[in-house]
Amino acid sequence: MSKPVSQQAAAAVPDTIRKTIRMNALRKEAIWFYALISPWLIGFLVFVLGPMIASFIISLTKWDLLTPAKFVGFKNYEKALRLDPLFWKSLKVTVVYSVFSVPLGLIFSLALALLLNQAAWGMRLFRTIFYMPAVVSGVSVMVLWMWIFNPQIGLLNTVLGYFGIAGPGWIFDPNWAMPSLVIMSLWSIGGGMIIWLAGLKGISPTLYEAANLDGANAWQKFRGVTVPMLTPTIFFNLVMGIVGALQTFGQAYVMTKGGPMNSTLFFNYYLFQNAFENFSMGYASALAWFLFVIILALTLVVVKSSDAWVYYEGERK
Amino acid sequence: MNKAKLIKSTVVYALLVLGSLVMLVPFAWMLSTSLKESFQVFEVPVRWIPSPIKWHNYVETFTGLPFGKWLGNTVIITLSTILGTLASCTVVAYGFARFRAKGKNLLFIVMLSTMMLPGTVTMIPVFYLFQLLGWMNTFYPLIVPAFFGNAFFIFLLRQFFMGIPTEMEEAAKIDGASTLGILARVILPLTVPALITVAIFQFNGVWNDFMGPLLYLNKPGLYTLALGINFFKSENNVQWNFLMAASVVTMLPSLIFYFVGQKYFVESITLTGQKG
Repeated sequence: MSKPVSQQAAAAVPDTIRKTIRMNALRKEAIWFYALISPWLIGFLVFVLGPMIASFIISLTKWDLLTPAKFVGFKNYEKALRLDPLFWKSLKVTVVYSVFSVPLGLIFSLALALLLNQAAWGMRLFRTIFYMPAVVSGVSVMVLWMWIFNPQIGLLNTVLGYFGIAGPGWIFDPNWAMPSLVIMSLWSIGGGMIIWLAGLKGISPTLYEAANLDGANAWQKFRGVTVPMLTPTIFFNLVMGIVGALQTFGQAYVMTKGGPMNSTLFFNYYLFQNAFENFSMGYASALAWFLFVIILALTLVVVKSSDAWVYYEGERK
Repeated sequence: MNKAKLIKSTVVYALLVLGSLVMLVPFAWMLSTSLKESFQVFEVPVRWIPSPIKWHNYVETFTGLPFGKWLGNTVIITLSTILGTLASCTVVAYGFARFRAKGKNLLFIVMLSTMMLPGTVTMIPVFYLFQLLGWMNTFYPLIVPAFFGNAFFIFLLRQFFMGIPTEMEEAAKIDGASTLGILARVILPLTVPALITVAIFQFNGVWNDFMGPLLYLNKPGLYTLALGINFFKSENNVQWNFLMAASVVTMLPSLIFYFVGQKYFVESITLTGQKG
């Protein structure tokens, strides 16, 4: 029996040459890969990796950008931990903000998503409305909220006044400044809501039908089906929420200047003050590394612990 | 049964309407203030519908005050940045989606992990670098980095590219199309929704960016809207009606893009959320 022509021809080409042709194709592909990703790769080296190394070196010095840097070893880190009460204060402020704003945001956005999922009609309209505040951001929103928080004539105290309640001084009251910023953060929960809605859509109706057959009530269905099936979404929202909240800056710079009485002295704002108001570049860099390590540690904790509480469909244990 | 259903949907809609009010009232408050005469702003009790409605506030804000100039600066920076981001991210995402090479997986993980890196870690060296280049009080520090890709957008586009079947590319290859030709003529036309999403995201990020302009632009003539509003707010005698008018105009493009591109937008967020 004779082989088909193509196979004869293939057999005629020695193995080594075939390998070389394959190698060349692979090499060409690899060259294309590196050429295509080169913008990112160069950017990574120039704007990320290089500056990271530089930042660590700067954190070991005393430097004001103008006069030559002076090597001081780990003194900046020591100063933060042992001598600087504002370091601890700013850390506390940032953690308190994250601990309240992130879980509250998750709960409220989930509640909105669940409500919206119940709606028979008008779902698109409500979704559009709820997501609107999440679309706008930045200084214009902060200025708007300063106006809303205005103790004399702001929206909040005006509305509270309709009910005969004398509202507090909001961002101008040391006890209320932090709750005010948490309230403001809850205005933009629409972003989280959209992700919850996607998660809810992904839950197979057969699971609820099975629960119905078992005679489960609404709460049991929520605990037994909805929550476990949403854990990947909880996980995603939690990580992104924490990383974002720990880096809060604008609210402190634009709205409160860290006050009153340092009650909103966010970590990044304190860092910025050290770098661009006191020109302590070494100390500010050390602060940045503290934040980096904290974010890294938190992310790792959430990722590691996720094995225990995140359920991935299609994953084999 | 029917009665229980009725009660349930009444409660659901009551809560939805209440929630909508909470979301919408701040916008109404802003709009109402922006249309008031200066002396009406502090009037008690608060007048929700100003009389007369002073549309002219918007004209004054953008002609009498430097907001017009700041709007122009913001437009220049935002458009250049969107251009740079689209150009660089599509090319890089195409590389990650379609080409095999040693070290690819490692580089991909490195790229994803840069999303977790707090910006302050690289802030001071990058600031120093731009200062050495003589780029203070220019738009370069805000625009140039966009031409070197953005991890999140590259990830997003790669997800889209991976979802496109390879048959069409192979057909184009047999027809003699070049690699970049395939990207431009086969892939990109299929990923218009993703490109729109990236453009809208980038628009919102840059249009509202505060830290960047704050670091690099110190001359009032170069300010962006965000810096300008902050500057204007810090004056002793804050004119809330003009400030709110500027805020309305600053928010308007984001809202318009959202209403127009809502479909793509929601889909893309869903995609990233699910495969995160």
